[in-house]
Amino acid sequence: MTSKDRILARIRRAVQQPAAQTGPGPDADIPRDYLRVHATRTPQERVDLLAAHLAEYRARVHRTDEDGLRDLLGRLLADAATVQLPPDLGFGLPSDPSLTFVTDHAAQTPRDLDRVDAVVTGCALAIAETGTIVLDGGPSQGRRRITLVPDHHICLVRVPGQVVDSVPEALPLLDPGRPLTWISGPSATSDIELERVEGVHGPRTLDVVLVAAPDPRPDPDPRPGTQ
Amino acid sequence: MTRTDLGMPAFPEAAREAVRDGVLRANLRHATHTIRDKRARAVAELADWDRLRAAGKAVKDHTLRHLDRHLLRLEAAVTAAGGTVHWAVDADEANRIVTELVRATGEREVVKVKSMATQEIGLNEALEAAGIAAYETDLAELIVQLGRDRPSHILVPAIHRNRAEIRDIFRAEMGRWGRPAPDALGDDPRELAEAARLHLREKFLRAKVAVSGANFMVAETGTMVVLESEGNGRMCLTLPETLISVVGIEKVVPTFRDLEIFLQTLPRSSTAERMNPYTTMWTGLGPSRGADGDGPSAFHLVLLDNGRTDTLADETGRQALRCIRCSACLNVCPVYERAGGHAYGSVYPGPIGAVLSPQLRGTGSAIDASLPYASTLCGACYDVCPVAIDIPEILVHLRERVAQGGPVTRHGIRVRIRPAHGHTAERAAVRAARLLLDRPGALRAGERLLARARRLTPRRLPGPGRAWTDTRELPSVPAESFRDWWTRERGTPQ
Repeated sequence: MTSKDRILARIRRAVQQPAAQTGPGPDADIPRDYLRVHATRTPQERVDLLAAHLAEYRARVHRTDEDGLRDLLGRLLADAATVQLPPDLGFGLPSDPSLTFVTDHAAQTPRDLDRVDAVVTGCALAIAETGTIVLDGGPSQGRRRITLVPDHHICLVRVPGQVVDSVPEALPLLDPGRPLTWISGPSATSDIELERVEGVHGPRTLDVVLVAAPDPRPDPDPRPGTQ
Repeated sequence: MTRTDLGMPAFPEAAREAVRDGVLRANLRHATHTIRDKRARAVAELADWDRLRAAGKAVKDHTLRHLDRHLLRLEAAVTAAGGTVHWAVDADEANRIVTELVRATGEREVVKVKSMATQEIGLNEALEAAGIAAYETDLAELIVQLGRDRPSHILVPAIHRNRAEIRDIFRAEMGRWGRPAPDALGDDPRELAEAARLHLREKFLRAKVAVSGANFMVAETGTMVVLESEGNGRMCLTLPETLISVVGIEKVVPTFRDLEIFLQTLPRSSTAERMNPYTTMWTGLGPSRGADGDGPSAFHLVLLDNGRTDTLADETGRQALRCIRCSACLNVCPVYERAGGHAYGSVYPGPIGAVLSPQLRGTGSAIDASLPYASTLCGACYDVCPVAIDIPEILVHLRERVAQGGPVTRHGIRVRIRPAHGHTAERAAVRAARLLLDRPGALRAGERLLARARRLTPRRLPGPGRAWTDTRELPSVPAESFRDWWTRERGTPQ
């Protein structure tokens, strides 16, 4: 008898009751009367809430449009020399000659990334109620490590299109088959006397730029659940 | 007979020392009060909290009732996504599996994400015995590991340490394990976090193998979910080539959609945040099956029983398996606040530990037999639990099991345990009471005898009842029993 068989046999003995054999479908007995969203908001209110919640957790929040983005990025990257980019950011970049841009490629080691000053990416979506941005490894975001090892992450969110209200609204838009990273403020810890301190292993500076811009080009990776 | 043989004293004795430690009590009081007020505010923000709580309970109950089905679905989904699933009946088997997997990589060190399951099975010690160094990377776990200490809280294992103690540990010990602490290290939490960042970065960048647990596993998709704050989790889950996750079988949830409940309730209950800074979700080796260099190229999932199926066999006790390890119950518990986590003699301290440890390990040892008594039954733990575990109900149930014995399941086999030592006097007293209450004549005679001798009744009980009156006064005996008074006032009962 394998350990798998043994564990499964123990489970079946343990839950011996009629329901175990003829049990209802997976969802039959789960009350889902909780709220999908916790308030009715206009797109503008949704974006404002996202900004407020991000700022509360010490992310630096900026607002601009496509025309202003180049200048803003130039200012945010004033102290940087090397800047990491995903395969396809989808926005124009500052043409500052002092900046060296590196595009994500498979041969880049964690040590290479440790020498990069900052990273600029897009996101899959953002959640207003929790102040969260979600990355799914799409072309505008790159591999998970590029937003992890550098000390400064600048994340661009197209507003209002990429902003949803709540966690229940966000999940159906995400593909669990892709690696997902949910980010709510910069790296933090509450391990010393349960007091929150920002900045441990992940990027210590998180700039979130809310870019008033139309939704991105049709997504090359269609996500299930959106139809 | 030593006090340890009496069945009750293991927790009281361990707690006695902690209660006398003024620094420890101050540390615990400060930390638990800070977090419980914040939690209350975070929870109050959601008008549908009670409904989320009920839904979370229902999802977990449903999953437990059909656990075999969901584990098989999970295994199929993880395998289809390029992962390998292992099954471990107990701690030894899980440790053996992980040790072999690490050995097969040829590596001698692993980085670890904080995981209750790997603490429960003593994985670090098992790896060390095999010549493999396991580095804890969570800040609090690092403090515990460097201080050769034991964790005392589920979420904040070093909650018993204040900033000055942590600074001293970093200064004295970091150099032995890797990059030493800066010379002028102060006790500002910011400075301490910075020291940990520098110390661990070197380890993250060179690590080839990581070991983690998981907060949730999604049966439908094979997705693993880890919630964290510092980024050490992301480092371990994405940089190394091999990832080994050891997860209790009760952590499975049926669908990806079910996460919409727990991603709302867990962060608010544990760190009192709307959302924790980082959550990582991964499914096997991802869409490219590990070819794109995003994340590990090998993923192993070790499904751990280690007493969980025995717990599942107990209809009252099984609700403890709903636990999502938020630690809200610790932070509101008056006993935990004074006794601290170490007194519980388990990696699961506090109210949830008092019901989980004696079920996972059985009530055979002095400490496990004493844990169901480590509570005032005030019920604060039940009120804050985001999956509505009725901890007082299980505590009473386990007390009954300890005092009276009865049928339990151990290692998958139904056995009958004998009453624990030390409850003889209690049982004798209850039997005597039953005898007396069944016989009105004898009861009346006894009451009159007691009333006449009322000046002679002691303030403290002799013999085995003595301990009970250490902290209580015996009620004084009235001159007349209620039954006699009633007869005198209202006449003879019909």
